[in-house]
Amino acid sequence: MNQRVLPPIRPEYDRVLAPFVDVPVERILPLSTRLWQQGWLRKGLILAALALLWEGLARWTDNDLLLPGFLATLSALAEGLANSELLDRVRISLVVLGQGYLSGIVLAFLLTTLAVSTQFGRDLLSTLTAMFNPLPAIALLPLALLWFGLGSGSLVFVLIHSVLWPMALNTYAGFQGVPDTLRMAGRNYGLKGLPYVQQILIPAALPAILSGLKIGWAFAWRTLIAAELVFGAASGKGGLGWYIFQNRNELYTDRVFAGLLMVIAIGLVVETVVFASIERVTVRRWGMVR
Amino acid sequence: MTLVATREALAATEPGRAAPFFRRRPDAVASPQVPEDMDAPLLSVRGVSLEYRTLERVVRATHRVDFDVYAADRFVLLGPSGCGKSTLLKAVAGFHRPVEGEIRLGGVPVREPGPDRIVVFQEFDQLPPWKTVAQNVAFPLRAAGIVGRREAEARARHYIDKVGLSRFADSYPHQLSGGMKQRVAIARALATQPKMLLMDEPFAALDALTRRKMQEELLALWDEVRFTLLFVTHSIEEALVVGNRVALLSPHPGRVRSEVNSHDFDLTSIGSRDFQAAVQRLHDRLFDTDPALATAGAR
Repeated sequence: MNQRVLPPIRPEYDRVLAPFVDVPVERILPLSTRLWQQGWLRKGLILAALALLWEGLARWTDNDLLLPGFLATLSALAEGLANSELLDRVRISLVVLGQGYLSGIVLAFLLTTLAVSTQFGRDLLSTLTAMFNPLPAIALLPLALLWFGLGSGSLVFVLIHSVLWPMALNTYAGFQGVPDTLRMAGRNYGLKGLPYVQQILIPAALPAILSGLKIGWAFAWRTLIAAELVFGAASGKGGLGWYIFQNRNELYTDRVFAGLLMVIAIGLVVETVVFASIERVTVRRWGMVR
Repeated sequence: MTLVATREALAATEPGRAAPFFRRRPDAVASPQVPEDMDAPLLSVRGVSLEYRTLERVVRATHRVDFDVYAADRFVLLGPSGCGKSTLLKAVAGFHRPVEGEIRLGGVPVREPGPDRIVVFQEFDQLPPWKTVAQNVAFPLRAAGIVGRREAEARARHYIDKVGLSRFADSYPHQLSGGMKQRVAIARALATQPKMLLMDEPFAALDALTRRKMQEELLALWDEVRFTLLFVTHSIEEALVVGNRVALLSPHPGRVRSEVNSHDFDLTSIGSRDFQAAVQRLHDRLFDTDPALATAGAR
């Protein structure tokens, strides 16, 4: 019968363990594995493969007017950089972008601060974002042109529109997500009002705020290039979008590609250098993001 | 004053030669923060009722609770879940306002949270993850403007050393184990030198071995610093070991059923007959409710 079965009673033992020296306790990973751990190397490989594919495709179609190769684009890019035309265009675009982006961020913080402190502010934020977030910034451009004229004013207006809503939504979600214990700890230290927001809420919501900044940046950059493509130069000074549009009209397809490459390069630099280093010294270091 | 009487009786039976015995004596004589008038409790909770609101109803968490905590007491609130002990502690911290009754700390009514009552929470996320251990310990000192930067750093190092984390002073909280995080929280609380230390099941999220070690360290720290402690737990053993006086709360709503002395017990007495008897006594008091109350508690 099963109930009769008893486990055997075995003798006890106790032995003194000698220091462990047979095998090293830690080992270094092989070089290939360590190299593969490097993000820049993996991403560089992806970029190289894409460039190779592009060049191959261009050689195969063999039509410089439709698809100039990677090397042709690079030489057009080098030329544009050398005669500083491209750099001027980039500078003009970035100045406008900076104005719109920064004002959008400031407005988003004001709106969010209002939203975390009052019921009315919460309602205001949710209503406004529900109304305006789905509205494409470009759709406002004709109206902006009417109001602010053919200048950087209307560009800044659409940029603010493209940054403000996603940024406010993300920041607000970040503030809402701060754990109760952390809030109580902050209040326990006697913090309240603005110092409380600065020393507890903002750092604790930084992952969400950073992702809002990233989304806002992408929206703004995208909106700016598109807006420049649509209405081009303001008082004779066009940005990068205008450069692309102009060269397409003149069928300099390699310069169009150079302009596009510049747009991509700036996006990549901002993403991998600026935002990645901000993340590395803040949220990653603090263990809030893996 | 039964408490004082007990202390005097203890002092009389053991005339000064047994040092370990003094370690267990929660007398205020050795404490630097002894009030002139021993009869005035540091914290007095008088007729405190607390309520919290859910979407549909108002729930009474505690009903007319009275207790006193004297300087250098290690006062434990013990009770099953739903007895409002955590809510009571948060009310002492100033996060909840009583619907009736009054909480006075050093004769002054408690109105809002403040750095004179530092809370050690159960959750590990009480430490801002963007500050290193040293910055975390110095944070309340700076935030409350208690001392200057240099003094805050010095004090932080001192208390980090006390909890044995000097090697980790520059680590971030996410690099520490749960027990180490709680040690940082305790160091932070001590560095502020609050009038009272409030601990809300601080060791409940730790594994059993670490919990045991932390209890031991807490008692050693108390022995050295003689802070006043209000400690919430649902473990009878922990209450008896950590506390010198235990208040037993009944659930739904929380009311003080009894207060017992536990200054005789420490970690070494866990297996002893007296300790087991005390545990059994508290256990009986916790569970021998009449059937009506028991079903109310289960609901």
